[in-house]
Amino acid sequence: MTETLTRNDALIIDGVALNSRLIMGTGGAPSLSGLGAALIASGTELTTVAMRRYSVDGTAGANTNLFGLLLENNIRVLPNTAGCFTAREAVMTAELAREALETDWIKLEVIADEHTLLPDALELVEATEQLVNRGFKVFAYTNDDPVLALRLEHLGAAAVMPLGAPIGTGLGILNPHNIELIVSRAGIPVVLDAGIGTASDAALAMELGCDAVLLATAVTRAQDPVLMAQAFKHAVIGGRLAAQGGRIPKRQHALASSAMDGRPDL
Amino acid sequence: MSTIQLNGSAHPYVAGTTVAELVTAMTGRVLLASGQAADGGRLGVAVARNSGIVPRSQWAATPLELHDELEIVTAVQGG
Repeated sequence: MTETLTRNDALIIDGVALNSRLIMGTGGAPSLSGLGAALIASGTELTTVAMRRYSVDGTAGANTNLFGLLLENNIRVLPNTAGCFTAREAVMTAELAREALETDWIKLEVIADEHTLLPDALELVEATEQLVNRGFKVFAYTNDDPVLALRLEHLGAAAVMPLGAPIGTGLGILNPHNIELIVSRAGIPVVLDAGIGTASDAALAMELGCDAVLLATAVTRAQDPVLMAQAFKHAVIGGRLAAQGGRIPKRQHALASSAMDGRPDL
Repeated sequence: MSTIQLNGSAHPYVAGTTVAELVTAMTGRVLLASGQAADGGRLGVAVARNSGIVPRSQWAATPLELHDELEIVTAVQGG
């Protein structure tokens, strides 16, 4: 049933049609097999990975199969620049990702510090400009700042990804008005990224007009990641349908849905 | 001491070793001259040498030099 509902409503980014509007992250999963099950349950067709040193010992050994896991399940890979504090580091990481994974899609993440993990707007702008010039399709992880989001679009970003709340907090969408404002002015896809805690947060993002939702922790660290992945799958579809269906205006006073005329005299 | 830095730790330097041979030694995958895996699968690995990318097509033609700093990276969970 869900497939029927979404068949004609693919998200198009850089000419690629994504039939799921749920983009998944892979961080925080305790095991690769558990992660695989959650990704499949989510129905995602696009999933982020980080770029790190290749490890031959056991510590990160399991991670070396992550790329294979995504390929096997026909999930497109979206490398990120997580952990980069400067434009220079982010550009180098993006180049390594393009070489390793053979994609010019990059989730650009340039953070200011490890306590907030908030984007550094100046470095983000600088990195976006450089990466666009180098032919990358930039998915810019940004603050929920309508002015900055528009700047990133004008610099040539393929998508803007405003945060709902800081990474990993699960606080939901702290400034829905800003998200709506970003959506209302954007000519490129808007992906609500970070801060999602539970299914209703993802539904709200879609109701606000976002084109997709990106989340990781809310699934990978849930008590039952597979169940939560299913919940998000349906929440994103539900929110999207609600946004298209057109909600009723909010009113101060009640409005009867049953006619008052023709009541019997009791 | 005759070493190279590989992913942050010192390794013995063997004259004449190429980047391609190093990648094969680390991943256990045999490489074609193009730098693609001979098994037909995707390798998922990139190499930076002294802070510059070495494209996979250049791996076989790039010998290591003494005190080279190499970073070999791949996709891991994140984001």
